[in-house]
Amino acid sequence: MSQTSQVHPDYNYKVVRQFTIMTVVWGIVGMTIGVLLAAQLFAPALNFDIPYLTYSRLRPLHTNSVIFAFGGCALFATSYYIVQRTCQTRLFSDKLAAFTFWGWQAVIVSAVITLPLGLTSSKEYAELEWPIDILLAIVWIAYCINFFGTLVIRKTSHIYVANWFLGAFMLTVAVLHIGNSMAVPVSMFKSYSLYAGAVDAMMQWWYGHNAVGFFLTAGFLGMMYYFVPKQAGRPVYSYRLSIVHFWALISLYIWAGPHHLHYTALPDWTQSLGMVMSIILFVPSWGGMINGIMTLSGAWHKLRTDPILRFLIVSLSFYGMSTFEGPMMAIKTVNALSHYTDWTIGHVHSGALGWVAMITIGSVYHLVPILYGQPKMYSTKLINVHFWLATIGVVLYIVAMWMSGVLQGMMWRAVNSDGTLTYSFVESLEASKPFYVVRFIGGLFVVTGMLIMAYNCYKTIAAPKVQEDTIDASLAIGGAK
Amino acid sequence: MDQGIIGSIYTVIVFVAFIGAIWWAFNSRNKDKFDDAANIIFEEEKQEKQEKQEKQEKQDNNQSSKKDQES
Repeated sequence: MSQTSQVHPDYNYKVVRQFTIMTVVWGIVGMTIGVLLAAQLFAPALNFDIPYLTYSRLRPLHTNSVIFAFGGCALFATSYYIVQRTCQTRLFSDKLAAFTFWGWQAVIVSAVITLPLGLTSSKEYAELEWPIDILLAIVWIAYCINFFGTLVIRKTSHIYVANWFLGAFMLTVAVLHIGNSMAVPVSMFKSYSLYAGAVDAMMQWWYGHNAVGFFLTAGFLGMMYYFVPKQAGRPVYSYRLSIVHFWALISLYIWAGPHHLHYTALPDWTQSLGMVMSIILFVPSWGGMINGIMTLSGAWHKLRTDPILRFLIVSLSFYGMSTFEGPMMAIKTVNALSHYTDWTIGHVHSGALGWVAMITIGSVYHLVPILYGQPKMYSTKLINVHFWLATIGVVLYIVAMWMSGVLQGMMWRAVNSDGTLTYSFVESLEASKPFYVVRFIGGLFVVTGMLIMAYNCYKTIAAPKVQEDTIDASLAIGGAK
Repeated sequence: MDQGIIGSIYTVIVFVAFIGAIWWAFNSRNKDKFDDAANIIFEEEKQEKQEKQEKQEKQDNNQSSKKDQES
C-alpha cells in the first residue's frame, strides 16, 4: 500500500532522485575500496607498489566515501523527501537544494582526488584539508537553511518526529565540523589544528564520536521513524516514547567522546565521565530500537513477504546489537582488552553495515519506485537475494573481527613470569590472518548485494512509465519545467 | 561563581527539563495530539488524492492559457 506510484506534483523530487542515485553509486565505490583494503591486509602486494593505492591513503578514502558519500547522500535524499512529505509543502528553495547536491558531490570528488595524493589533516574522519572543509561548511549551512526553511513554511501544525532527529543531526554536525576543523593554514594543502596536545585529542573525539552519534545515528533514526512505519503501513509503536527517545539521545550523546581516549593523556576524570555517559546511552538507544521494532507488533507476518521491511527491521536489530556492544566496550576494563584491536573494527561495521547501510538500503528500495512513478521495484526476488547477501556478509565480517580482536587483545596483554611479552606483534598478526580472509569474503558478499541493488534500481528506473491518468500528466508537466 | 557551581546549576536545569519533557510526552491530555501526529505520514496520501484533482484542473487552465499566449 505504501508503494503507490504517486508522484506529487508539488514536491521537489529532482534533488531526492539525484541524491538517491548517488547513494547507490557511492555505496558501491566506498564498499569496493573497503574490500580492496580488506584484501591488502592479508595480501599486502595488492597495493601494487603504487603510493596512491597504499592502505594508508585508501583507508581515509574508504571511511570518507562510505560515511559522507554513501551515508551523506542517503541522508540528503531521505531528509529532503521526509521533510516535504511530512510538512506537505515543497522545499524552501530549489536553488539551494541544487547547490547542496552539486556542492556535496564536489566535496566528495575533492576527497577522491586529495586523499590518495596523501593530502590530509590526519584527523580521523575529518581528514580533508582546509579548502575542502570550508566548502563543506558552506554546503552544510545551505542544507540547514533549506531544511529548517521548509519546516517554517510547513502546512501541518505538528512537526513529525523524524524531522526532529534530522534537524538535530544537521545542527550538531554543523557545530562539530566547524569546531573540529579549526586550523591554521600554512599553504594551499597544508594546515595545522588550532588545538594542541590532549585538547586536540579531546576535540577530535568530541567530533569523532558525535559524527557517529548524530551523523550515523540521529540522522538515520530520522530515516527509521519515517520509513519503518510507512513500509509497515502502521504508525510508530509509541509516538510518546519517540519524544523521550529524542531528548534523551541528543542530551547524552555529546558526552560520550572520551571513551575513545581511555588510558591516554586525557585527564582521568574525563575518561571516567565519558565511560559513565556511554553506559547510560544504552537506555535511549534501546528505547528507540524497541520503538522501531515494536511498530510491527501485530503485523509480524509482513516480514515473511516483504524483504524491504526485513531490511529495515534487521537494521534495527543490528542497531540494538551495536548499541549494547558500544557501552560495554566503553567500560575501561573492557576497553583495556578491546582498544586498538579488530574488535573495534567489528563493532564499527556492525553499526555501519548492519544498521546504517541496511536502513539506507531499505529506504532506497522504498523510495526508488515512488520517485520514478513505478508501482514497485523491478524485482522483489532480487531484493530478497540482496537481503541475504547483506546479512550473511555482515555476520561473516563481524564474527571474524570479534574473534580476531579478542585474540589480539589476549596475545598483546600476555606476559611471561619475568615480565616480558609472550608474543611479538608479528605473531598476533599471523594469528589474525585467517580472520582477515573471512572478513574479505564477507565484504565481497556485501558489495555483490550492492551491485544487485544497482541493477534492480536501473531496471526500475528504465521501465516504461505506468499509465495512470492524472499522474502521468503531472509528470510530463514537471519534466518540461 | 566558579565553574563547579555553574556546572551544578546546569545539571539541575537539564534534569528538570528532561523530567518536563517526559511529563509532557506522557501527560494523558496530550495523548490524542500525539496519536494524530503519529499518523501524519499517512495523512499526506489522503490529501494528495484531493490535491491531485485540483492540480489537474489548474494545469488544464495553464495549458489552455499557454496556448492562448502562443496563438
